[in-house]
Amino acid sequence: MELNRWRQDFPQLKDNDLIYLDSAASALKPQTVIDTTMNYYRDLSVNIHRGIYDEAYEATRLFEATREAVASFIHAEVDEIIFTRGATAAMNLVALSFGMTNIQKDDEIIVSELEHHSSVLPWQKVATLKQAKLVYIPLDENGRITVENFKKVLTNRTKIVALTYISNVMGYVTPIEAIIQLAHEKKACVIVDAAQAAPHLKIDVKRLDVDFLAIAGHKMLGPTGVGVLYGKKALLDAMEPLELGGEMNEEVNLYHAIWKDAPYKFESGTMPIASVIGLKAAIEYLEKADLVSVENHVKKLRNYAFQQMKKIEGIKIYNPDADSSIIAFNITGVHPHDAASFFAEHRVALRAGHHCAQLIIKWLGIEACLRASFYLYNTYADCDQLVQTTKAAVKFFRSVGFEG
Amino acid sequence: MEKLDNLYREIIMEHYKNPRNKGLVDDPAYVTVHIKNPSCGDDITIQSHFINGKVIDCRHDGHGCSICCSSASVLTETVIDKTVTEAEKLADNYLKMVSNKPFDAFLDLEEASVYSGVRQFPARIKCASIAWQAFLETLKKGA
Ligand SMILES: Cc1ncc(COP(=O)(O)O)c(C=O)c1O
Repeated sequence: MELNRWRQDFPQLKDNDLIYLDSAASALKPQTVIDTTMNYYRDLSVNIHRGIYDEAYEATRLFEATREAVASFIHAEVDEIIFTRGATAAMNLVALSFGMTNIQKDDEIIVSELEHHSSVLPWQKVATLKQAKLVYIPLDENGRITVENFKKVLTNRTKIVALTYISNVMGYVTPIEAIIQLAHEKKACVIVDAAQAAPHLKIDVKRLDVDFLAIAGHKMLGPTGVGVLYGKKALLDAMEPLELGGEMNEEVNLYHAIWKDAPYKFESGTMPIASVIGLKAAIEYLEKADLVSVENHVKKLRNYAFQQMKKIEGIKIYNPDADSSIIAFNITGVHPHDAASFFAEHRVALRAGHHCAQLIIKWLGIEACLRASFYLYNTYADCDQLVQTTKAAVKFFRSVGFEG
Repeated sequence: MEKLDNLYREIIMEHYKNPRNKGLVDDPAYVTVHIKNPSCGDDITIQSHFINGKVIDCRHDGHGCSICCSSASVLTETVIDKTVTEAEKLADNYLKMVSNKPFDAFLDLEEASVYSGVRQFPARIKCASIAWQAFLETLKKGA
């Protein structure tokens, strides 16, 4: 029996036959995250920043403690951390506030076909409304973003560069460090979508010198409903909130009001308090597990599975050289939704579809694909199950008449 | 495994590989409805031609999984030459059957009855439904 020192912390994986290979969509939650979230509801349940009774004070303290934990996790300052509904809300906030204020006609916004819809659609809208130009980095022959190709599209008119750190379909790591440097030479602002990166890579926003960075709590063992927008303090100070209402203002008069300072001016209304509090437990879990060990483990699993998958006749793998935990593939001649039903019947949970990244699916020239993704709680046995089920699936679909 | 065998029945595979009435026509007498299932990329267009309360032709085109594409083909064969009232009743009943709702088991769905296996795959109900839903839309729009 192989030992996985993390697996036992995930109650869903105890006495359960689930082979969970969909962590790129959402990670499972360790007991500490479940307990921390539940304890808030059981012991506190009250709103933050408002009451002066003990429970309100304690809830506020825990909420703000997560902000400190996130800041230290990505090497930011505490007041550079904004809680949002998720990575999507974080990137929309940057585009619709910062972008709408700072983009002018004929400015250029660089994105890529590897983007998740949430990293490209807000900029598509800004470009349309402002008559700016949306520019795509030409991907290399494997579908990667390269520094060379980035240089080809970077101009004096580039104002925004919005790129994914790790692709949620191909599992490629973008060379963002060099890209950020080059972009800054042109005074362009860089927004990095770290939804897939935060669960796998140590992020240091200071060293990267990134301007904005978005994170999704639920992909890094945390609760749903909470994400993070990191922004450089000076940029956040100059940025207008999108949502106006309670808690985000300092003073309200009949015809004008004064906002609080960042990050609070961006956190209007009642926040997902339980989820924010639970996120701290997730960060503590990952810090203790150590992202380097986690990534080592995940890479070994991915490679172990890939070495066997590539020998299976009748499947096509789209990202043989992925850097991170993902295998994107199809059974030839079988629509991924047909295939996914077979995997589901065998309790292998993987994702079928376009993964909210239609541009790369179109770039690959396919309609959709299957995606298996690994995380710290996965085992070699899970990989074996994936391989065996894939072989059985090929056999089954050929037997009922699907031609390869 | 039995569940899967029950889903991928011979008739379904046969229609998937050799779809009937496939390809759209450029004829204004046909009522055209296009439905997309954005979550999986299934994309189906149905064209119906109604004369005097009867479905005299029905065509389909598009792409998607085997359940989606084959069901479009089966749909066309089932509804052609039916009266509009009969066809609507069949479509209604079929949609109830695949989504595991009470349905009239005595109403003859002909070949379409092989899709009863879909009930055991809640995630696939949509695949089996969109062609028939598009057909119902053509009825609403033009019959
Ligand atoms: C690369 C990437 N960006 C953004 C998102 C969106 O995150 P969320 O759904 O938490 O807003 C996801 C997750 O689906 C993702 O994989």
